[in-house]
Amino acid sequence: MDQYVAWFLLICPLAATIAILVRWHKVPNYAIGASIGSSVLCFLIAVAVFCGAVPAPVSFMWIDLPGFQVDFSMILDPLSKGMLLVVTGVGMLVHIFSYGYMEHDPSKGRFFGGLSIFMFSMTGIVLSSNLIMLFIFWEGVGFSSYLLVGFWYERESAALAANKAFVCNRLADFGFMTGILVFWFLMGTVSVEPNVLAGVYSQHAMPWMGSILDNNSVPVASGQSASVATQLGVHANPILLAIMVVGLFCGCIGKSAMFPLHVWLPDAMEGPTPVSALIHAATMVAAGVYMLCRVFPLLLLSDAGMTVIASIGCLTSVMAALIAVQQNDIKRILAYSTLSQLGYMVMAVGCYAPDAAMFHLSTHAFFKALLFLAAGSVIHALHEEQDIWKMGGLLRKIPLTGITFLIGMLALSGVPPFAGFFSKDYLLSLCYARSPFFYTVGVFTAFLTAFYMTRLVVIAFFGKARTKEAEHPHESPWHMTTPLVILAVFSCIGGFIGLKGFYNGWSTSVVQTIKFVTPFPVGESGVFMEMILPMCVVLLGIGCAWALYHDAKTDPLEGGIFRILANKFYFDDIYDTYVVGTQQLVARSFAWIDSWIIDGLIIRGAAYVCVGFGELLRLFQTGNLQAYAYVFTLGGLILIYFTLFH
Amino acid sequence: MHISPLLFLLLAPLLAIFFIILLKSQPRLTALCAAAFNFVLSLVLIFGYVNANVHGGYAFIMDIPWVTIHGIPPIHFHLAVDGISLPLVLLTGIVTFAAIAISPGNIRRASEYYCYLLLMTMGAMGAFISLDLFFFFIFHDFALIATFLLIGIWGSHNRQFVSFQVTIYLMAGSLVLLAGFVALVTALPEHSRTFDIVALTQYIVGDGTYAHQAHPLSAGAQAVIFPLMLVGFGILVGLFPFHSWAPPGYASAPPAAAMLHAGILKKFAIYGLIRIAIPLLHTGFQDWLPVIFALLIGNFLYAGFVTMAQKELPLMIGFSSIMHMGYLFLGMACWNVIGLTGAVVLMVGHGLSAALLFGLSGEITTRSGENRFAELGGLAKRAPMLAVLFSFASMATMGVPGLANFAGELLVFFGSFARHAPLQPDLPIPIFILFALIAIYGTVITAIFQLRAIKYVFYGPMPERYQGPPTAVAATAVLGGAEPETVPSTGMSDTKTWEEHGPYVLLVVASLVIGFMPFLLINLIEPSVQLLPFLPK
Repeated sequence: MDQYVAWFLLICPLAATIAILVRWHKVPNYAIGASIGSSVLCFLIAVAVFCGAVPAPVSFMWIDLPGFQVDFSMILDPLSKGMLLVVTGVGMLVHIFSYGYMEHDPSKGRFFGGLSIFMFSMTGIVLSSNLIMLFIFWEGVGFSSYLLVGFWYERESAALAANKAFVCNRLADFGFMTGILVFWFLMGTVSVEPNVLAGVYSQHAMPWMGSILDNNSVPVASGQSASVATQLGVHANPILLAIMVVGLFCGCIGKSAMFPLHVWLPDAMEGPTPVSALIHAATMVAAGVYMLCRVFPLLLLSDAGMTVIASIGCLTSVMAALIAVQQNDIKRILAYSTLSQLGYMVMAVGCYAPDAAMFHLSTHAFFKALLFLAAGSVIHALHEEQDIWKMGGLLRKIPLTGITFLIGMLALSGVPPFAGFFSKDYLLSLCYARSPFFYTVGVFTAFLTAFYMTRLVVIAFFGKARTKEAEHPHESPWHMTTPLVILAVFSCIGGFIGLKGFYNGWSTSVVQTIKFVTPFPVGESGVFMEMILPMCVVLLGIGCAWALYHDAKTDPLEGGIFRILANKFYFDDIYDTYVVGTQQLVARSFAWIDSWIIDGLIIRGAAYVCVGFGELLRLFQTGNLQAYAYVFTLGGLILIYFTLFH
Repeated sequence: MHISPLLFLLLAPLLAIFFIILLKSQPRLTALCAAAFNFVLSLVLIFGYVNANVHGGYAFIMDIPWVTIHGIPPIHFHLAVDGISLPLVLLTGIVTFAAIAISPGNIRRASEYYCYLLLMTMGAMGAFISLDLFFFFIFHDFALIATFLLIGIWGSHNRQFVSFQVTIYLMAGSLVLLAGFVALVTALPEHSRTFDIVALTQYIVGDGTYAHQAHPLSAGAQAVIFPLMLVGFGILVGLFPFHSWAPPGYASAPPAAAMLHAGILKKFAIYGLIRIAIPLLHTGFQDWLPVIFALLIGNFLYAGFVTMAQKELPLMIGFSSIMHMGYLFLGMACWNVIGLTGAVVLMVGHGLSAALLFGLSGEITTRSGENRFAELGGLAKRAPMLAVLFSFASMATMGVPGLANFAGELLVFFGSFARHAPLQPDLPIPIFILFALIAIYGTVITAIFQLRAIKYVFYGPMPERYQGPPTAVAATAVLGGAEPETVPSTGMSDTKTWEEHGPYVLLVVASLVIGFMPFLLINLIEPSVQLLPFLPK
């Protein structure tokens, strides 16, 4: 019996979705009950799983062909248990929050259906033990995101944003699927359990080595340090390994909105705020980082690939932070902040520190969800106002929301003793071991983070109300503020509950299973680098923002470089030009060729040639008896001539 | 004389036609009964096949000599199914039932309409279960004639021109195909000529190696006969550049005919290539592989981009179905177990999704009076059920997991990569891998245009015309296949009763079942695929 309990993690949300799809979208109370009930049940099961009370369930074979087996089984190691708690916990709180937030929406049944299918897919990602199963649920979260971002579909902007999110994810999945295929091509399996991979690595002859680009014996010249792949015993062409790693990373680029596919995340704020909290802050975008941690043994096989990962993570984090400095919509600021923090996590994975990435992922889930839900509370209080320059003085008017938002902001900025301080500084110190360059950029990003978050808080929560509407906000009901308080508590204590040790234990066991040794010397960065420098930088950021925005009527940073930041480095414009200019142009020219040349010239042309022949031959049917007699005689003479003289 | 249950698959529509024409029974009801019977029988046959334990061989065999005249190759009425044709039989059963169920009962000249639909399904069924080249070809031509009449009489705008274009083009394809068949049979030595597929395979392929010292046909002969079959089947399936008949054909056809043709009849060509052309002319196939790949680029990329530029819903769906034929070709060209299994699964999946899309597009056109994207919008509010069904259909065609197409496409990708494992050192460049990547990119293109279509029709602001309640005016122009007396002038109605949206739900559920549990189909298909000749060891 025990063996089936874990499957309920997937069955409950799926059952809720089906019930809502078939019948209950018309009966919102049942829909809400089913959805919230299933999320609570999943959380309880996740707690049981975490405590070890639930064993890994029996698996069943999904595709069984010679050379290609995919089974549906779950992997319950510390990585998935921790992530499961985060996902189900934050999910449950967002479900409860949505009950209040969506109260007045006529389609709330459909909303909760979307939330349930999302929980099903996200839980599936966390529990997958092989890349095909992961890919299936991966597409599932992409689909749920499409449904929820385009929830208010009457708005053209929401429909466009939903399409953009799905297409960006699809484009990234192109790379992801390529990576999975190359992985299977090289190793003959799609499973990512560390034991299986260790077994595959230790075979010196790989079962499915790439025949064309194969590079069989890679002699290591003396004095040259062996690549990690050779160290692990994997002999395959480095180019193929790099393609595999970059391909797998492409999935993360799409899902976690890394440069250059980051453009869908800010637009995805068109969805209701609980969606932004759950999907685009705490869980779905974190799925990319989770996936990287899950396939970490594979990423190790290409040093070039790891460098690419770390660089893109670093670039995204600083670029998004710069853009956030000049945004004025509260949800967009938080969206770019999410991008920036995800960049941190990806950078950490690229710096051979997946445990730091997971630690930061967990704390980030708490305070980012808190920030988004509190923002939702603010938006709800001000009747759908999202521009921070139209807020002001909210801390005094809606203190509970204000204080929880402040806690979230301090945690995000990395102020001790809040959770963000521990995770961010641990992450940065490990990155320093890999490359001081990444560390420096990371510290600069921390400065920017403190800066723009303080800017947001000062403009929206301090000072005087800037507009009439902002003078009378109403506090949200208890079922909306309770999740805020719970998340605020976790943002406070997150650094002390042992997450760091928990994930460190997991990553140590993985590297031991595959026998990996860090290729670069791990030095102690020292207390100064690890704690004091970042803290000074954060305080500097807070101070600068306070000085600039305290009592400011408009934004003092204008013009020049700040306009570039406000326009998000013109990425959206570049992509729009590409889509309209190149893609549509190609499509229209092909369509022209199809209708004029293939259809017109060749097919109708052939038809007209036939018709033409017919018209020509018809001329011979004169209907005139003399003409026929003439031709008949002529034919007869020709026949006689040939018979007699040849 | 052993009567196999397969005969009833053909007799049911025939009997229904008899009832409708001679006994003047209710046309739609009679046709629906025959289709339901076929559907249930195909399910029973699957159970029976699994229990028969033939390990992938043929079952339910029926072999009656038909024409045995000294001097010409004998023709047998030879029926049988195996794991490759059985899913296609099931597909025919489901889609036929759905197509007939969505057809209106009050259509003009109703008895003829349903008779032609039944003729089409009889042709499709017969083609899939025949193991004799003659009957294989003839049954397909039955379906072709029915298509001509269906488009010509009950089609929408431009139907006269389109019906002629479609039929002449497809007939030309059939002619080329026939030339290929006859060339194949006559090229064999006198004593071994036969039209029977099993006998031909046995003679030419033997036990997997050649039965004689070498293939009875030289490589040169194969290189001439195979392209005849390739072009013939290619025209029938819409291989680039022989695709132009499909989009206008499907746009003008009545929805039921489009469902049957795009869903089922196109698969006949791929099935024919798998069953006949490639096993019997394997060297010719390998020689012509580069050409096939060159044409596939056209299917994937060219057709994909043309689809993006379309401004009308049925034309867009027509072009997208051409694009998806590329996947079937790729899976088939891999000629390994994974790729071929994927091709068959994808045939079923694509059949279901194409039927859904064409049926729903017909519903949208009939109910809203419009099929141009510029004139539609925001209709999810007026027709939520149609929006949900169309979203399912779109997700299926985009290859979202959980629906049937994903399982097929996944296997096609893996099959393409598997083709280059070191066991097949005959290919100097990784062309299958390259085409797998193009195919994966094709799913991105599909997502782009399909989501755009959903947005144009169902999301965004609603034009004024649809904001009021549904009203109708007397018809002055023909719309859809029903040629009703009234056409919608404002507003849009939704499918409200189970009778109206039940058939679509059936197709969606079928796709979901296969999508969630692909092993049901894969375990049926794989043993038969393993028995195909010339697979890599």
